[in-house]
Amino acid sequence: MSLALDKPRSPRRPSARRSNGELYSWLFMRLSGLLLVILVLGHLFIMNILDGGIHRINFGFVAGRWASPFWQFWDLAMLWLAQIHGGNGVRTIINDYARKDATRFWLKMLLYVSMVLIISLGTFVIFTFDPNISN
Amino acid sequence: MTATAETVSGSRGSQPPVPDGAVTVTVKIRRFNPEIDDEPRWDSFDIPALPSDRVLNLLHHIKWYVDGTLTFRRSCAHGICGSDAMRINGVNRLACKVLLKDLLEKGDKRTTITIEPIKGLPVNKDLLVDMEPFFEAFRAVKPYLVTYGNEPTRERIQSVADRERFDDTTKCILCACCTTSCPVYWTEGSYFGPAAIVNAHRFIFDSRDEGAEERLDILNDIDGVWRCRTTFNCTDACPRGIQVTKAIQEVKRALLFKRV
Repeated sequence: MSLALDKPRSPRRPSARRSNGELYSWLFMRLSGLLLVILVLGHLFIMNILDGGIHRINFGFVAGRWASPFWQFWDLAMLWLAQIHGGNGVRTIINDYARKDATRFWLKMLLYVSMVLIISLGTFVIFTFDPNISN
Repeated sequence: MTATAETVSGSRGSQPPVPDGAVTVTVKIRRFNPEIDDEPRWDSFDIPALPSDRVLNLLHHIKWYVDGTLTFRRSCAHGICGSDAMRINGVNRLACKVLLKDLLEKGDKRTTITIEPIKGLPVNKDLLVDMEPFFEAFRAVKPYLVTYGNEPTRERIQSVADRERFDDTTKCILCACCTTSCPVYWTEGSYFGPAAIVNAHRFIFDSRDEGAEERLDILNDIDGVWRCRTTFNCTDACPRGIQVTKAIQEVKRALLFKRV
């Protein structure tokens, strides 16, 4: 690149200024989508097909699974990714289709509140699950 | 809308003799006269036409010999200037590039051709829309050569391969077929739209241009390339055959990997 001194009044190259928020959200959708395919299909396979499928699911089955940190992490990852992936998708739909700024704002607030509620409730249950609750 | 004060006759007088081999087709046009109508209305015209006619010929026939108040844009009438973009049978096309024989019904059924103004831009009258929002988005991406430092004393040399890189997007004629076929643009006019991105692409990937970073910054916005949902309506609509969605994806990739 030539020096600005070469031509004092030539326009200076402006530096990057905008945020990359939309880029990261777009990228997140691709990556979380890939992960969710594995997590959700795996979940469906274990729950519905393996070892007699849904007929063996009861309190004890869930308690047994969540005794292992691996399944706790699996379900936690699924919950967070599905919520944020779905929430981000609905956010883009609201951005595309809401006509008034006020509508857009309140729809998004509703979305964010529901996301936070479901993520916190699910996380709370996964970490504080008590297998002896029935006793 | 029935009785109005306007005179309903062609601007060039009575109908010319019907040529041999002509078929009668119904042309259904979505019309709007801001001085009379509150809402757009549909008008149908039964006119004789040859299978080799273009849709633009049918519109001319109506305007010249049936109803001179019909309003539409056209200039070169040969698919170069991009004035006569309209929604023909539900898809955006240039009226001067669609042949009647491709729209004719099989057998003896009467052919009806539906013509509407392009969607997403304010309608001024009949098929004539206000193109200003479209051109505003076009201007916003700096569709001109941007360079810094001293100007070279000779021409700016470019290799064949470098020219090839953006060849596809140089074909744009700014007819707005792509932008007004985009469902995101229909509901959200602040989206730059495919045409603006195509014209940004034309300069971003030009080896002689130094403004790529600025343009990429502009298109990294919430109303920029990330709004594209890859529905491919734009690629299908382009009368120049530009791979519009591909160009948008190339801009996304340039942003993602910070590489042009």
